[in-house]
Amino acid sequence: MRAYLPAYELIVPRTLADALALLRDEPGVWRPLAGGTDLMVLLEAGKLEHKRFFSVARLTELRGIEESVEHVTAGALTTYTDVRRSRLLSREFPMLAQAASETGGLAIQNRGTLGGNIANASPAADSPPAMLAYGAEVELVSAGGARWVEYADFHTGYKQMLMRADELISRIRLTRPRAGARHFYRKVGTRRAQAISKVCMAALAERDADGALAEVRIALGSVAPVVVRCRHAEDALRGRRADEQLTKRALEELANDIAPIDDIRSTARYRLRVAENLLKEFLSTLA
Amino acid sequence: MPEESGKITINCTVNGEAVTLKAFPLARLLDVLREELRLTGTKEGCGEGECGACSVIMDGELVNSCLVPFAQVEGATIKTIEGVADGEQLHAVQRTMIERGGAQCGICTPGMVLAAVSLLERTPRPTEAEIREALAGNLCRCTGYTKIFDAVVRACEK
Repeated sequence: MRAYLPAYELIVPRTLADALALLRDEPGVWRPLAGGTDLMVLLEAGKLEHKRFFSVARLTELRGIEESVEHVTAGALTTYTDVRRSRLLSREFPMLAQAASETGGLAIQNRGTLGGNIANASPAADSPPAMLAYGAEVELVSAGGARWVEYADFHTGYKQMLMRADELISRIRLTRPRAGARHFYRKVGTRRAQAISKVCMAALAERDADGALAEVRIALGSVAPVVVRCRHAEDALRGRRADEQLTKRALEELANDIAPIDDIRSTARYRLRVAENLLKEFLSTLA
Repeated sequence: MPEESGKITINCTVNGEAVTLKAFPLARLLDVLREELRLTGTKEGCGEGECGACSVIMDGELVNSCLVPFAQVEGATIKTIEGVADGEQLHAVQRTMIERGGAQCGICTPGMVLAAVSLLERTPRPTEAEIREALAGNLCRCTGYTKIFDAVVRACEK
């Protein structure tokens, strides 16, 4: 435990309004702490540079899972365990439930939150690819109001976000897939638990009556500075029927969507190859 | 002392007992349990939420106490390894862990027991796959895990 604890503050605003007032009155001074599964790791390594935090963990306004005809919306404080225990999310968004079950271990899943996962902005995070594949939007609230942002546009660079200093992530809205949609999620890592991914793919395909791909969303983690939607590959696939020729084209386009690097977990070459294999595997389920 | 002025005071329940504790707001629950309450059964293995040696049950859920900041413990109900046995009566998992030889150095054992207890609280008759998943966040460097899983399976049979 390397941090000098007297230098840190963690206050507990009683309501969301109190928290937002704090952010309005002192923007940039206070940062939120939810489950602590990322920030406490930095603290213990002596790498938590920011010193003043406020706990959002008990703000009930940030909890809850709601459904409408087109969407299911989860509060930012939804934990991975909440995701897994939600019949609604597990049934209609199985990739998100699978991602949640492959994040850390149970003790992490009980504390880590979707909002915290987004705000931590790791390109190797497990749930964001699934959220991208489900067309997620993120709601940001401030003392001045609320706005929705396409999650696919939210991360503008490594650990960069379209979020102001006076804003908090409050909800994540997912688009309910058509019945009969294909969901494909695979996290490739060293172990089945407690592992950060080398490559992670979430893909969704909805087909027309004649079998053509009406909608396809492919998202990858750990192959770029942010979690990415594979727009080039998707454009090559949309409107067409899955076959060997199409798979070949999509694989060629995939290289334009990702920028894998060598790092402590894997190499660019391995990541490219595995990303291609995962795309191939996904497309083979559609044939 | 100037350093003391940053500390906060909270109330919570540990192993059934109401306690009032004073520590820095970002102090780890792990350290508060060990140093303020002298409950040293909870161990530090990695200090980063990867090994599970520090596991406790907080508000009914298994958590890594090395990742829980003290300021979030206000009003919480916590169970540590010291609270698993019922007086002199060992929990079934503790009994079978001894019987099956599920501990060597013992550092992972408190966390393993808590993870198993947490599982059995929700799933009284888990499958082996469920046991393995429930304990997947607890690392052991000595036993090779099989006797630990055996012990949990046996505890359910009792």
